[in-house]
Amino acid sequence: MIKLKIDNIEVEVEEGTTILEAARKANIDIPTLCFLKEINEVGDCRMCIVEVEGRRGFATSCITKAEAGMVVHTHTPSVVDARKTVLDLILSNHNRECLTCIRNGNCELQKLAQKYNVRDISYDGAKTSNEIDDKSPSIVRDQSKCILCRRCVGMCQRVQEIGAIESTNRGFESTISTAGDQSLNDVDCTFCGQCIEACPVGALHEKDDTNKVWRMLNDEDSFTIVQTAPAVRVGLGEEFGMPIGTNVKGKMVTALKRLGFDKVFDTNTGADFTIMEEANEFIERFTNGGKLPMMTSCCPAWVRFAEKNYPKQLDHLSSCKSPHQMFGAILKSYFAKKYDVEPEKIKVVSVMPCVAKKYESVREEMEVDGLRDVDAVITIRELARMIKARDIEFTELEDSEFEDPMGEATGAAAIFGVTGGVMEAALRTAADVIEGKDLKEIDYKDVRGQEGIKKATLKIAGKDIKIVVASGLANARKIMDEISAGKADYDFVEIMACPGGCINGGGQPIKDSKTRATKDVRQLRANSIYSIDEKSTIRKSHENPIIKTIYKDFFEKPNSHKAHKYLHTEYKEEAKYNF
Amino acid sequence: MKKSIEDIEKIRAEKYKELSLRVDNNYSGKQKDILVCHGTGCTSSKSPEILGELKKILKEKKIENVNVVMVGCLGLCSKGPVVIVRPDDTFYSMVTVQDCEEIINSHIINGKVVEKLLCKTIDTKKAIEKLDDQPFYKKQKRIALKNCGVIDPEIIDEYIAFDGFKALEKVLTKMKPEEVIEELTKSGLRGRGGAGFPTGMKWNFVLKEQGEQKYVVCNADEGDPGAFMDRSILEGDPHAVLEAMSIAGYTVGANKGYIYVRAEYPIAVHRLQIAIDQEREYGLLGKNILGTDHEFDIEIRLGAGAFVCGEETALLESVEGKRGQPRLKPPFPANSGLWQKPTLINNVETYANITRIINKGADWYSSIGTESSKGTKVFALGGNVNNVGLVEVPMGTTLREIIFDIGGGIPNGRTFKAAQTGGPSGGCIPEKYLDTPIDYESLKEIGSMMGSGGLIVMDDSKCMVNLAKFYLDFTVSESCGKCTPCRVGTKRMWEILDKICEGNGKEEDIENLRTLAKNICKASVCGLGQTAPNPVISTLKYFEDEYREHVIDKSCRAKECKNLTMIEIDPEKCKGCDLCKKACPANAITGEVTKVHEIDQNKCIKCRSCVSACPFKAIS
Repeated sequence: MIKLKIDNIEVEVEEGTTILEAARKANIDIPTLCFLKEINEVGDCRMCIVEVEGRRGFATSCITKAEAGMVVHTHTPSVVDARKTVLDLILSNHNRECLTCIRNGNCELQKLAQKYNVRDISYDGAKTSNEIDDKSPSIVRDQSKCILCRRCVGMCQRVQEIGAIESTNRGFESTISTAGDQSLNDVDCTFCGQCIEACPVGALHEKDDTNKVWRMLNDEDSFTIVQTAPAVRVGLGEEFGMPIGTNVKGKMVTALKRLGFDKVFDTNTGADFTIMEEANEFIERFTNGGKLPMMTSCCPAWVRFAEKNYPKQLDHLSSCKSPHQMFGAILKSYFAKKYDVEPEKIKVVSVMPCVAKKYESVREEMEVDGLRDVDAVITIRELARMIKARDIEFTELEDSEFEDPMGEATGAAAIFGVTGGVMEAALRTAADVIEGKDLKEIDYKDVRGQEGIKKATLKIAGKDIKIVVASGLANARKIMDEISAGKADYDFVEIMACPGGCINGGGQPIKDSKTRATKDVRQLRANSIYSIDEKSTIRKSHENPIIKTIYKDFFEKPNSHKAHKYLHTEYKEEAKYNF
Repeated sequence: MKKSIEDIEKIRAEKYKELSLRVDNNYSGKQKDILVCHGTGCTSSKSPEILGELKKILKEKKIENVNVVMVGCLGLCSKGPVVIVRPDDTFYSMVTVQDCEEIINSHIINGKVVEKLLCKTIDTKKAIEKLDDQPFYKKQKRIALKNCGVIDPEIIDEYIAFDGFKALEKVLTKMKPEEVIEELTKSGLRGRGGAGFPTGMKWNFVLKEQGEQKYVVCNADEGDPGAFMDRSILEGDPHAVLEAMSIAGYTVGANKGYIYVRAEYPIAVHRLQIAIDQEREYGLLGKNILGTDHEFDIEIRLGAGAFVCGEETALLESVEGKRGQPRLKPPFPANSGLWQKPTLINNVETYANITRIINKGADWYSSIGTESSKGTKVFALGGNVNNVGLVEVPMGTTLREIIFDIGGGIPNGRTFKAAQTGGPSGGCIPEKYLDTPIDYESLKEIGSMMGSGGLIVMDDSKCMVNLAKFYLDFTVSESCGKCTPCRVGTKRMWEILDKICEGNGKEEDIENLRTLAKNICKASVCGLGQTAPNPVISTLKYFEDEYREHVIDKSCRAKECKNLTMIEIDPEKCKGCDLCKKACPANAITGEVTKVHEIDQNKCIKCRSCVSACPFKAIS
């Protein structure tokens, strides 16, 4: 431990602590913009500068380590003056349409400008770029808002190790760009959307599909069905100021009903179908010498990553569609028939913690008999905007339940939202099926937790099953490289593109740099998900009565011919760059 | 073939005998050497053809005992191509291929100096025959440039002849690393790249660092516009730098060196590669150098032309193959440099001084210069000065001596206005400081800096606001774009300056410039941003009245800012010759032949065609 003085307050911190962290410990807030803990620690923006006695020039507090005996001043007139100039300069090259900006109210730059009382822009002049890339179905890049903090670059390069975006050009002409300055749609971007989560301003955001959904809701001929992914219920509340990870399932369902959806269903039910299909596909491959390891396929960013980077390994991927796609197909077939709704009139809207799902839903093959599985995908953020647009007092809402006949899903489906969850859910079913009994030990703790790669060997019916769970695309690449090199002897692999899984997806509420640095957002949301599982009365997909009924009435059995028609898909090599 | 210490000594003795006429004015042998400058300047004005022609004529005429030799930069670039005849010490300037015949016939065969090729004094126009008598060389002291213009840089034996590798041998056989550092510390040598950090101390930091792998790097990314000191050293004496790097390797415990040199210096790169190859052949790079257990090798890394890569940490990033952006310091390269290993990084001129210090001793070196700045400094003298070129003077020489005695003063009868030292990162020095003895501290005190050694002289035809804009223009386009103050701030400063020059400036702009300048200096990440506002700060300090004239009176006294200038015809001088009218592309001039003409200010586009066309100097 070392002691230093910050603004005359003595602080004791561990060696290796930065001045910024030390200051926060003493409840002194130093402003930051480019800093994103462990993701972008570069000291570029110059907002966090402080004065250290005896040191020439300002110190960059976000990366300068605190030293014993250091005397730091965080808000001297000269520091504040420099910060104001920096803000003034950033704003002078920023599209200041704050009122109509998607990040209005949740913008780190806006907050700082407010805090530092920047009222006039003293140095207005040329702007670097006004280009907008909205070609992809998932992500919009608006260069007029970009402040060159490079948080997105840190995320894409250092966390995900994709490197779809990087700084190009020099000086004032510097921009964040892609290979050949092409749209994200046409380069190696996977649409994981982590860059959006990293962006402090409105330069990166989801492709807004709320208008599309409003049109469906307003169309009297349409029968609109909304489904919500497992990780939505633990994120949505944050958009309304509720504590991180709060499970707002009941309020969410009420709000969706109030928005006017004809039916409010749970994607978790779709997830139970995914488990039925995927677990049985695995058993089939495992016992009959099929292609191993089998890899999960419910994450569309991961699928796009595999198609672009490992086209020769695509036969490892399970042929299962992702839960919301499966569910969409079921709604337009089984549900339509059973409840006598014209399938053509059904519009399925998926609320997802993800922007890649938007891309997935428009993939060519995601339809059955000419009917698209899903008609619109909106993120948690978009749903929150819709709720706010109807002046629904979300926090005050009463709870309600998902509607019949698709209502109750299992704990197994709930944990799909966390890294390791798909694996655990599949194992619960696979183990029962292989062993032929109702196993009581169903908490697979080895696959839980926030580590990027988790490996375990399980004994099921006397056989060793080697499993791996990876989240984050950098970890996915590690596993794929092992497999490509023939060095892997895994049987079952789960991959999620976003670190931590869907609870940290690119469609989740955006947390500012300080929150990310001081709170374990992922763990809080994950805890909430596991508590849903724990409280569930049914925790295995194959025990879900709805599932049983639909298999009995419609699909006959998992992996049947009919199940393949509606619930399975295929993959093909995708060019890394399309230009 | 790998050479031992004895082999090298033998080469040195034999070769020196052959080459002593290059430095010995009292040489009495029969041989003559014709030295042809092959620096970039002279090369571009065809010195290789001159060399070829001289050789051809000598061969045709079967003249023996005369060698034609390519040498590095002789300094007086504005008089190039330069040819020297040794041992006569005859200095021929602006030689053409056609002059070669006469040089051979008259000088070599008949012993008669070619009068028309001699330099003339600026005031009396008297021809000066010998190099040593040229005012340009009189106040110079060549230490870093010792071999430039003396040896053929592509022949290692010539370098060896003039004490080459003597320092390396001494260090390897007689000195411990600590002793080398002590010698450097005692010498008072400071970094010549601009910041002036004590070299001995820097080497010691790297020596003290633990770690198996360390690196030695040479910063040859000379990016200041108008600066060519390092280029000239590399072109004229590449081995001196390589030898010093090897000494550095031995001293700090590194076995690998990199020279980061701009790709825009093709001749320097070419000669460096030849020098490296020759040293490898002689075993002067590689393992067991000179029979000791010292191991050292050097590779060249080419820069792609980004100014910021001259900043040491950006340079390291670039050597590693990354985008050239500075790293935040600390950690300093000495602690964590190339690939996070302890790294010694010095600039070319610093290295060029090392062998001299080791050979002649710290006491000798520290006897030259001022209290705080020892030795000499090489300047690239340019701008509105008669003798444009490369000069090396002892620290403490005044600007007046450099500009007027060595540089020959201001041409075209104009007067001195200011001198910019330190390139775009430096400041403008007005006339009142011409007698300041130059060293690191004194330049800083008057608002400029040593920088790498660019020295641009400006006469009274230069507008100081426009000048600040010119330098800002450079930093704006060379900013790497990493940190906000430099990326956006320099651009905004440029825009304000542009506005002022265009005649749209307001009084508050001057204050805005000051605020911006202050905060860009203080808040930028690296030296580029921290110094970028210097030209503005110094011109505002010494020439604020010019700014105010632009902003308040809407006038530019130097008549450089077109919108603030009126071009007028002096009716007293106008003879009505009509030439101006014909020259005007905007049909702005009216007047009958033989009568006084007039310019319609609304039509005038300030192209100044009429000014050049007027034979009576009636228009200004």
